[in-house]
Amino acid sequence: MTIHQAPQSFGYDDFLTAHQNKEVLRFITCGSVDDGKSTLIGRLLHDTKQIFDDQVTALQRDSRKHGTQGAEIDLALLVDGLQAEREQGITIDVAYRFFSTDKRSFIVADTPGHEQYTRNMATGASTADVAVILVDARQGLTRQTRRHALLVSLLGIRRIALAVNKMDLVGWSETRFEELLAAFDAFAAPLGFTEVRAIPLSAKNGDNVVLPGAAAPWYTGTPLLQYLEEVPVRVEEQAAPFRMAVQWVNRPNSEFRGFAGLIASGRVAPGDAVIVEPSGRTSKIARIFTADGDLPHAVEGQSVTLVLADEIDASRGSVIVTAEAPMRVTDSIDARLFWAAETDLMPGATLLAKIGTVTVNAVVSSIRTRIDPETGKAEPAARLTANDIADVTLTLDRAVAVDAYTANRDTGGFILIDRETTDTAALGLIHADASATPARDEPAEVREKRSGGGFLSKLRWVFGGI
Amino acid sequence: MSAAPLTTHAASRSERLTHLQRLEAESIHIMRETVAETENPVMLYSIGKDSSVLLHLALKAFAPGRLPFPLMHIDTTWKFREMIAFRDQRAKELGLDLIVHTNQEGLARGIGPISHGSEVHTDVMKTQALRQALDKHKFDAAFGGARRDEEASRAKERIVSLRTAQHRWDPKRQRAEPWHVYNMRKKRGESLRVFPLSNWTELDVWLYIEQERIPIVPLYFAKPRPVVEREGQLIMVDDERLPLEPGEAPKELSVRFRTLGDYPLTGAVESGAATLPEIIGETLAARTSERQGRVIDKDGAGAMERKKQEGYF
Repeated sequence: MTIHQAPQSFGYDDFLTAHQNKEVLRFITCGSVDDGKSTLIGRLLHDTKQIFDDQVTALQRDSRKHGTQGAEIDLALLVDGLQAEREQGITIDVAYRFFSTDKRSFIVADTPGHEQYTRNMATGASTADVAVILVDARQGLTRQTRRHALLVSLLGIRRIALAVNKMDLVGWSETRFEELLAAFDAFAAPLGFTEVRAIPLSAKNGDNVVLPGAAAPWYTGTPLLQYLEEVPVRVEEQAAPFRMAVQWVNRPNSEFRGFAGLIASGRVAPGDAVIVEPSGRTSKIARIFTADGDLPHAVEGQSVTLVLADEIDASRGSVIVTAEAPMRVTDSIDARLFWAAETDLMPGATLLAKIGTVTVNAVVSSIRTRIDPETGKAEPAARLTANDIADVTLTLDRAVAVDAYTANRDTGGFILIDRETTDTAALGLIHADASATPARDEPAEVREKRSGGGFLSKLRWVFGGI
Repeated sequence: MSAAPLTTHAASRSERLTHLQRLEAESIHIMRETVAETENPVMLYSIGKDSSVLLHLALKAFAPGRLPFPLMHIDTTWKFREMIAFRDQRAKELGLDLIVHTNQEGLARGIGPISHGSEVHTDVMKTQALRQALDKHKFDAAFGGARRDEEASRAKERIVSLRTAQHRWDPKRQRAEPWHVYNMRKKRGESLRVFPLSNWTELDVWLYIEQERIPIVPLYFAKPRPVVEREGQLIMVDDERLPLEPGEAPKELSVRFRTLGDYPLTGAVESGAATLPEIIGETLAARTSERQGRVIDKDGAGAMERKKQEGYF
């Protein structure tokens, strides 16, 4: 029924091959309300020819109604999708944008800068390979810039582009650019970025976004797009030990029993020795089944169905991991929370924790410290309010397999769900070995409070045998 | 800082996954999560190219097993005839469990796109029909083929989107959706809309259809078809229900469709692209977005956002 003409007869051979073999880069853009973030994304879409005629027509109409650029087209309106956002001229929710070049496809998480939407920024950052942090060349580093840099570093992004925007408004001053760079370096030094690439640009005029800008001959680096085309992707995930959370046991008949999942990290091949966590049982990979045939090996990012050599017990919630690097199995985790609910969090609260494909009951046994979102410093806290970032200890009603978030974002990240509202109440990042090492900067009174966890065992019976 | 040992295997350059491989894997993961975490899921099947891709991915996700959910088509009775023929043939070939639902009450009232306009027709025969069908079968999760690149309000919707018991979407109460962890919890009566193709673009869909040799409705390929012009759109005269002006005769033009829906509401584009490589070539060179062929997006500013809040898919 489909007409599948051989591509070479049409001359699209190379073209198709190129497009079908491109890699993808996911990045997040962050900036304060007026740093020109939406304009920058609009510029990337526009200059890579992703914007269509009817969208330009709609843009002209909308620019007259809601635009902030006078008579000119307001590129920001391309990305402000919700009516409420257009009316208020701000971005409320994380929006995903897509564009591609000959080299890569890009998925952009455009996230709001306002403090009350931290959860949205954390969502966008959680899957991003790179963060583009915008700074207004006139304003310099703001509280928001510091918050965003800290947030993306907490969420495990190791490579960032510091996009110094509105350079045209400071006369493309090299001195000003260097000044901002030095200020950022001083602030970001402890944040552990692998690379910070600073690029002077003007999103409004397009200089150094897609094409090099002629206005700053002193800048010898690449435009932003070229950086995004060349920056390494998913290096850490590929190098990390093999992990795959079992989503579903595929058992169509007595002959086949496969464990379906998305490989979170590493590489796997038939014959590899594996452990099924948290039970700790061992086996070997017999087959890597896919609908397209068995694979000789599979890597991070692939959805596969694994068949094990032994009839061992594994089900949804199990994690199949390389025998060379077992996971930590524990019912107590220290984690950093991004509290997203409108209600306050107090010690003793019970929530659901969804870690990979397993959902367990979790009691907040203690709130240890709140993290100052600008300095990253820890301070004591008795309760958490919306958008707080804090370190807590959770006690789970059964042992689960985890990694530290710094080692693996997929096996070290989780969500907390409010049992009554069913809303996602928090994002959680598991700390490296929880109980052994209290944070160095933890105030004494907090540590004291934490040690009095006896009430927990009493709470446990509440869970029944769940 | 890490407790786990460092590098065990470093993937070589040649093992890098392509964009399409990652999209496929993500979609399959979403479908498996939904099946594992909901009671009674269903796949909304609109017969279009996105539905064809969705179905293909679902077959892959659960192989070698069968599809663990039925497909459901909301039939407004105004689809292109070739769409219905394609639907029935695919269902037969693949042995699909296919539910076809039409709003009988709307049908009895004679609701249609020509007599009542696109807004009323879409509301009664699509939005209300979908709500009826979901309630009737007590589905608690429905897969849809919507993509974020299609329209501004869709760009802000989650992959797993919660709907109230009245099927309404509240854009201000969206759940955070980090990593690959989806919150599928819901209260009694609430349901989920799940969009496994959220991160696909129109070009990705075409490239994947080409790569995987996925069957699609022939209307996507250009050929001479009888069309008339209505409000700047080329509308195909698919049956006698489309009224013609006195003395008006349909023109035979070489056209194809970039999206498919109810034929009086779906504009054709003039094209000679009769093969997938030609369509992909045109898609890359396209100067208009694919939703321009959809009359319902133009029912005023924020039309889609409002329709979604009312329970449109």
